[in-house]
Amino acid sequence: MISLPFLAVMVIISIGLSAVIFRRNLVKIVMGTSIVASAINLFIVSLGYREGGVAPIFTGAPTLEMVLPTPQALTLTSIVIDLAVTAMMLSFAIIIYKHYGSLDSRKRRLRE
Amino acid sequence: MKRSSESGMSVIVRTVTCVAAIPVIIFGLYVIMHGHLTPGGGFAGGAIIATMTALFIVAEGGDAADRLGRGMLLTAESAGLVLFALLAFLGLRTTFFYNFLANSGSIFGTQVPFGPNPGYLETAGVIPLMNLVVGLEVFAALSLVVIFMFSYRREEQ
Amino acid sequence: MSFIVEHGPALAIAVPLMAAFATPLISRAGGRARNGVALLALLLTECILVLLFADVLSSGVRVYTMGATIPSLTSPVGYPIRIILEVDAMSALMALVSVTIALAVCIYSMRFMRSRDGMGYYYALLLMITVGMLGIVMTGDLFNMFVFLEILSISSGAIIAFYVNRGEASEAAFKYAVISAAGALMVLLAVCFLYGQYNLLNIGALAGVMQFTFLDKIALVLLVSAFALKCGAVPLHMWVSDAYSEAPAPISAALVVISQASLYALFRVCFTLFGAMPVIGVIGWFIIGLGVLSMFIGVTMAIPQHDIKRLMAYHAVSQTGYILLGLGVGLAVLGNAEAIGSFGIKAMEGAIFHMVNNALFKGLLFLTAGAIIYRTGTRDLNKLGGLAHAMPVTTCFFIIGMLSIAGLPPFNGFSSKILIYESVFMFSPVLSIIAILVSILTLASFVKVFQSAFLGPKRREYKDVKEVPVAMLIAMGILAFFIILFGLLPDLAVQWLIEPAAKALLSQLNYVGAIV
Repeated sequence: MISLPFLAVMVIISIGLSAVIFRRNLVKIVMGTSIVASAINLFIVSLGYREGGVAPIFTGAPTLEMVLPTPQALTLTSIVIDLAVTAMMLSFAIIIYKHYGSLDSRKRRLRE
Repeated sequence: MKRSSESGMSVIVRTVTCVAAIPVIIFGLYVIMHGHLTPGGGFAGGAIIATMTALFIVAEGGDAADRLGRGMLLTAESAGLVLFALLAFLGLRTTFFYNFLANSGSIFGTQVPFGPNPGYLETAGVIPLMNLVVGLEVFAALSLVVIFMFSYRREEQ
Repeated sequence: MSFIVEHGPALAIAVPLMAAFATPLISRAGGRARNGVALLALLLTECILVLLFADVLSSGVRVYTMGATIPSLTSPVGYPIRIILEVDAMSALMALVSVTIALAVCIYSMRFMRSRDGMGYYYALLLMITVGMLGIVMTGDLFNMFVFLEILSISSGAIIAFYVNRGEASEAAFKYAVISAAGALMVLLAVCFLYGQYNLLNIGALAGVMQFTFLDKIALVLLVSAFALKCGAVPLHMWVSDAYSEAPAPISAALVVISQASLYALFRVCFTLFGAMPVIGVIGWFIIGLGVLSMFIGVTMAIPQHDIKRLMAYHAVSQTGYILLGLGVGLAVLGNAEAIGSFGIKAMEGAIFHMVNNALFKGLLFLTAGAIIYRTGTRDLNKLGGLAHAMPVTTCFFIIGMLSIAGLPPFNGFSSKILIYESVFMFSPVLSIIAILVSILTLASFVKVFQSAFLGPKRREYKDVKEVPVAMLIAMGILAFFIILFGLLPDLAVQWLIEPAAKALLSQLNYVGAIV
């Protein structure tokens, strides 16, 4: 029986990847990349889960059975990186719209 | 109060934005300062404070993005980054990024008792300083991203 | 001196990082201060890396633990617990190549992009690119490699779109950013598979406990695909031509080394992390396939181009194919000790030498293309002609680069290509014949460029074209000096630079033993 977070991660990655591959609008491609990144963040966090564990904070902790804190640090780094990438890709989309007048990825000027 | 532009939202929204700015910024500063005790830290707190810039632009209309001080934000961003690298360099007598203030008795250097405790603010050495610096940098950088993206909207009309 | 060597790995990353952070502040003090700071930072990094390389050659792998009480305290509780930088001979060689090319690009940019706005951000991004490249080659931690890979992708994506007054540069940068983000997310997924199974992120520690389950093989496939995507191997080469041609000319020269940083990551994963896997030969054959496709399709797509930078971009794809071929042969015979001794290590030496040489001659060719664009303002070969009269030094550098990329003696392209031809011939003669054929087609394509751009009578519209300024000639001269040096003294280069690197890739136990 496959565990539920991993199933959700697979579904969301496939949704995001199909948005990147099949959509023409540049903003939708950026959204697809962001969706894939969020799914991988979910995957990283769910790797650290331990049954019956509490949040790994020593301040006022009820018990000492805690989930792993390292994946949470990795996820924080990954969120920051995805924010930077999304901001940069949206800036490129804004400049392309200013010069080309349309956000359709088929109306491109660079050809083979 | 007379609006300076056509766009922007009504008086109620603008007033509530100004009133809500204070709790949001204080909450953001709280998240930054307690980064070594509770979840959050520099990036999360800086992002919370940066939402005030976005809220301000939404409430006052897109033209307000040109009135915000970009030069100061650029300086704040670079200063935050330089201070972060400087704090990492200061531990170089031992190793790069060494926590030279922890357990040392000076500014953030109290010893932490082991196990669950109510959380003491003067612990954890150079980490709260790095949280502060990163919070300043993230606030400046995210505000600049929002301001620069808004500044492109006038040229299309 | 020993302080610099002991803290060398961290200093080599930290000095350009601090300079990159300080550059927007310093550029308020004027352009000269900013240029000086960037140049000084890169020179300092080069000195640190030369000292570090000499130390690694003499005393083996150097390990640096960030934030511990002594730099070599990697495993205080039995397994590694902090971010560890691990420099062996291959890492040190790639780091030296990266920072040398970055230095030449910086000197060239000081003149090429003098009269533009936003140069503070240009130099900050150039220094961040250096940080990203040095971080990838010197780190011993998989997640840290992902972070530096993203730093490199974001900085190079931003600098490709530097000409914001043209929409084409942003279009190329958008394509590059989406594809780089997809590749980096695949790397992150693979790293998380490995972390979820073994609870370790360190490359040396993982190589020690890896058990090659099905999930590990999925992680290997994801890593190989992602790094092949980032270095421009066919059939994942769609971003290369746009990104290289729309970037500013010195950045096109730097993009070659940026692609090679991902190539280094590919070999670190294949040889060190998965080197003891019994079926690693299959991956070797796959990389050989990628290499042959890249060589052939790269050069055949380059021949009909009439935009000079797009043509050189397709040749960059082709040369990457040579490197993939050599290292694929080395990987395919990894389990067979006798084949490794007879031709396997020679194939790897050829490939690593070709990495160094490719950075040098491709960089030189892109810088000469930039010189042509600087003086004539056009990139179209149909409109150029007769420039050899007015730009003799640039023509000389172009001839050096052209003969080098075609693999003619006495330049360095011949030294590395002969190693690849000989060793691949002993593995499979057909591949070697394809490689020689591709060299001939490369020469044909560049003779076309030479004839269109430089030979012929002087054209009317270029009558007041002069030679390019001295700073650009100095940058091209640095690269040409190393090309001629490695061409005339290949034995010394192989013995002192390349052979330790190839041996370091093959000896996985040294890498693992430095950690645990």
